Amino acid sequence: MKNVKPAPFAYVRAQTLDQVFDLLEQHGDDARILAGGQSLMATLNMRLSAPDVLIDINHIDGLSGIEESNGKIRIGALTRHNEVAASPIIAEQAPLIAKAMPHIAHQAIRNRGTFGGSIAFADPAAELPAVSRAVGAEFILQGRGGTRTVAANDFFLGLFETAREPNEILVAAEIPVIPANEKTAFNELARRHGDYAIIGLAAQGGVDGGAFSNMRLSFFGAGDRPIMAEAANTALEGKSYSDATVADAQAALDADLDPMDDLNGPPEMKMHLARVITARVLAELAR
Amino acid sequence: MDKNVDISLSVNGQEVSRRVPARTNLVDFVRYELELTGSHVGCEHGVCGACTIRVNGAIVRGCLMLAAQADGATVETIEGVSESSEISDLQAAFHERNALQCGFCTPGFLLTAQELLSQNPSPSRDEIREFISGNYCRCTGYQAIVDAIERVAGERRQAAE
Ligand SMILES: Cc1cc2nc3c(=O)[nH]c(=O)nc-3n(C[C@H](O)[C@H](O)[C@H](O)COP(=O)(O)OP(=O)(O)OC[C@H]3O[C@@H](n4cnc5c(N)ncnc54)[C@H](O)[C@@H]3O)c2cc1C
Ligand code: FES
Ligand code: FES
Repeated sequence: MKNVKPAPFAYVRAQTLDQVFDLLEQHGDDARILAGGQSLMATLNMRLSAPDVLIDINHIDGLSGIEESNGKIRIGALTRHNEVAASPIIAEQAPLIAKAMPHIAHQAIRNRGTFGGSIAFADPAAELPAVSRAVGAEFILQGRGGTRTVAANDFFLGLFETAREPNEILVAAEIPVIPANEKTAFNELARRHGDYAIIGLAAQGGVDGGAFSNMRLSFFGAGDRPIMAEAANTALEGKSYSDATVADAQAALDADLDPMDDLNGPPEMKMHLARVITARVLAELAR
Repeated sequence: MDKNVDISLSVNGQEVSRRVPARTNLVDFVRYELELTGSHVGCEHGVCGACTIRVNGAIVRGCLMLAAQADGATVETIEGVSESSEISDLQAAFHERNALQCGFCTPGFLLTAQELLSQNPSPSRDEIREFISGNYCRCTGYQAIVDAIERVAGERRQAAE
């Protein structure tokens, strides 16, 4: 056939996790897991990567769906973006995720793209990695020998780099139900609705009697991975919303963020935008 | 390992079986193997929406899905929804409202608009804009496209009353 873009590869529609582990062991770096394909297929079409075998995990039972039990929400890795966006459990118990979903790509892409794919891909400009840090998510990784749990705070190691071992598959994320005293806010700047953000901020934390506590400001598009603004979080502890509080948090960002030059603009512009969205997010939290 | 796959799927109501290179994406499959050239190929990395195809009832990027992944699926292209008259009102409104010039983007917009109206019978103009935000049009400036979709939404609501 004419007009084929990617380099040739074999395709396996896996039915079980064991089959995935077999293939990952046999082929190592030359095998790639195919979930929604909304990031992977683009890199294949552009020949940015050329694996020998694609392992399609879309037909493995038990990898998809959203459930709540014992104060935790479990999102299966294969759950599509549009399922997450439409979920009443997410809307009520994990509102920060609900706020982020409409900003992720576009309808046709959200019909295929998956929660787990977004986390595993670890694009520094993507919403869900940063949101998962703010909500205190944990990721369940499964390998031949069993499962292990890695906190979102320990999962993102660098540009497209995570704590997942090459022979492991991400099977689910677990998110604590939002505590009664916590509020959420989300803001991002993008060129076109649904495009990757120039910069964005997801925040969750206590707002008790007007005072901020245990606040988690988590930035995306501000470095090589999602970044928790520790200094700003500390600056906010116990403070009530005021112009002075906002200014302190903004000033603290100098210690938290060290954005790179990218296609969107120079670091100074990103620092400016980080301060702007911080003010917006704090105002939203105080509302 | 074998770099070809055998697939059987339903395309516009007809069962088709083929052996294809695993790397063939769905939009190239319908265009070159089935000669259904209404689905277009623009950017090939998910940005423009010209390749929009319906798979199991939901729109997808035809350039970001393998034909192999559509094994067993129900696929509908712009040819299928045109012949069934499912979107004839949208087509008429696009035509009358000049919501196309070169027409390269139009099949993608029509399938996207149809999914919007099936989920939300009375979208606001902002909701229409947001829903079609993944489809590029280089000619019309979008205004007429939004007008056409808004008009069909109104017509369908009236017809349903
Ligand atoms: C035009 C366009 C705009 C987009 N805009 C945005 C945006 O604004 N924000 C955003 O966040 N995303 C955006 N995306 C990306 C989209 O959200 C992807 O769906 C997502 O990043 C990857 O999920 P996927 O399921 O498609 O993964 P795939 O593309 O299938 O996989 C991505 C990578 O993760 C690995 N992987 C996938 N699932 C697993 C798993 N369960 N375990 C281990 N490894 C796995 C794959 O091997 C691959 O390396 C956009 C995509 C496009 C094409
Ligand atoms: S060709 Fe598929 S989105 Fe552009
Ligand atoms: S009419 Fe030409 S691209 Fe839309």
